[in-house]
Amino acid sequence: MTAALALLAPHLMTTPPLLTLQGVSRRYGDVVALEDVSAAVYPGEVLGIVGESGSGKSTLLRMMNLEDTPDAGDYRLALPDLPGNLFVLDRFARRMLCATRIGIVYQNPHLGLLMKHTSSGNVAERLLIAGERSFAALRGRARDALEASEFPLNRMDARPFELSGGMQQRVQLAKAIALEPALLLLDEPTTGLDVSVQALVLDTLKRLQRDRAITMVIVSHDLGVIRTMADRVIVMRRGRVVEQGLADQIFQDPQHDYTQQLVHAKL
Amino acid sequence: MTLATLTKPWAAFSYGFLDASAKREMRRKMLKAIAVPGCQMPYASREVPMARGWGTGGLQVTLTLLKPSSSVKVIDQGADDSVNAASIRSFLSKVSGAAETWDTQAATLIQSRHRIPEERLRADQVLVLQVPNPEPLRPVEPNMSVARQMHADADYGRLWLILYEQMVRSGRIMEGAAYPALVNRRHVMTPSPIPRWDVPKLHMAEHLTFLSAGREKRLYAVPPFTQVEPLVFSDVPYQVEDHGALRCHRSGVTGYYMNEIPQDNGGSVFELSDSNLGIKAIRRAEGAQVEIGPTWYENGKMPQ
Ligand SMILES: Nc1ncnc2c1ncn2[C@@H]1O[C@H](COP(=O)(O)OP(=O)(O)O)[C@@H](O)[C@H]1O
Ligand SMILES: [Mg+2]
Repeated sequence: MTAALALLAPHLMTTPPLLTLQGVSRRYGDVVALEDVSAAVYPGEVLGIVGESGSGKSTLLRMMNLEDTPDAGDYRLALPDLPGNLFVLDRFARRMLCATRIGIVYQNPHLGLLMKHTSSGNVAERLLIAGERSFAALRGRARDALEASEFPLNRMDARPFELSGGMQQRVQLAKAIALEPALLLLDEPTTGLDVSVQALVLDTLKRLQRDRAITMVIVSHDLGVIRTMADRVIVMRRGRVVEQGLADQIFQDPQHDYTQQLVHAKL
Repeated sequence: MTLATLTKPWAAFSYGFLDASAKREMRRKMLKAIAVPGCQMPYASREVPMARGWGTGGLQVTLTLLKPSSSVKVIDQGADDSVNAASIRSFLSKVSGAAETWDTQAATLIQSRHRIPEERLRADQVLVLQVPNPEPLRPVEPNMSVARQMHADADYGRLWLILYEQMVRSGRIMEGAAYPALVNRRHVMTPSPIPRWDVPKLHMAEHLTFLSAGREKRLYAVPPFTQVEPLVFSDVPYQVEDHGALRCHRSGVTGYYMNEIPQDNGGSVFELSDSNLGIKAIRRAEGAQVEIGPTWYENGKMPQ
């Protein structure tokens, strides 16, 4: 195996990681969802996580969003006023941290949105949790976030269940970026969308990434998506990281058998 | 020697209808409720000779606080003489020997549905509000155990969201009675179905307020000098009902919460909702020596 530093893009080697996960393991009964997973995400980069269904990708993302606590492991974000291992935080502190510093988009919009409330309201709720109490500011900031997600503003007070899948993902995205989070987590954000819609949503994500230099972690079982988005890639199988490296490296010269199968199946 | 000479003469073991253990349960929960202002405490709701939904929650708190030296006032929508209020009041007096009164000033214990009297309550008075639905989160979260978790997390984003959407839809906040309020900067409560007019009276009040729901078996409290802040946006002021300029057609008094009384000609007249205040004002105008205490609102405005 190559030394860890050699796996980084040159401009990343100089900055310490924003996110560090170390030795994270999680079992659900007999199922090993994660086994000794370590990962780092550097400021401004997009980390892709690939792997077949059931390989633990969503579980890993849920850990990063502090929705679950592992059996073992350490999780740090290089942000001010945080303790060392974030898994020691109580519910209350987790909720505040997630609401204010981390944004997440789920594959299933029902997980991320209140379907019967307005789209702008879904975004405003995020701001309300963070303590915004001015109605004008709520309205304005919700509009800005929806606009940045390229959501059609004439529908901003429509309820998500009246919207198409692509629109719903844009509302989730607006909600996720409304507070300008340090970290944006995307769990299969385009899976299940029409190919053309999928391309448009990916375009939006790429543009956001370029304009705001948001640090992103994107999970997908679709190598095409990962290839479009990611700077660096982690390949997971049965809860373990089997290979990681620069995206180009992984796609052109996969080392692990499993990665080779994945890449060749795709190509 | 007979058995009778060895025993004490018969005397009531307890008063106030509830037995000692029921009262102890209530007292414990009432003390807890005072300790965590605005937080709903579940309690073992007893049977009282009244149907659930008619103020049994308030009644149990009142019965627990009641003693023979109490003076008890009961109002329903501000009126002492409604059938409900009158029968609860006479029941309370019958089971405890407490005096009945209509006068807010003279009462030590006031049980109420829908209103807080206009005269300021004092530190030596206790207000008991009957609450039909104690859960402010019910409109946003039908599952009560999830709602309880949300209270524990102070997770009130969705409650605010409802207000946001009312503003978006109609440009103003539509909550009428039972306007949600943040107590002691921690728990959101439903201040019973009192009008918006009455909510500011609870803020930093001198008196103790209990709110109790018999059917839902939960009570909560606003201790004296506790902050009670209606949920409002910083740029959309809290508005009470527009009653400040209305005049009571019977007493001529202005500046208080009024009931609207429709007339045959299609118009309407207004009447003081706090009926005892109206009676006192009329008697005073007729020359009687009547003491009207200081009121929360002055000239139709709540001084800050
Ligand atoms: N809350 C849970 N309870 C039980 N098993 C779970 C739970 N979450 C995930 N798993 C199991 O952990 C494994 C990994 O799941 P997941 O992270 O969702 O995989 P992926 O997102 O890669 O498809 C699966 O076998 C799944 O069934
Ligand atoms: Mg998944």
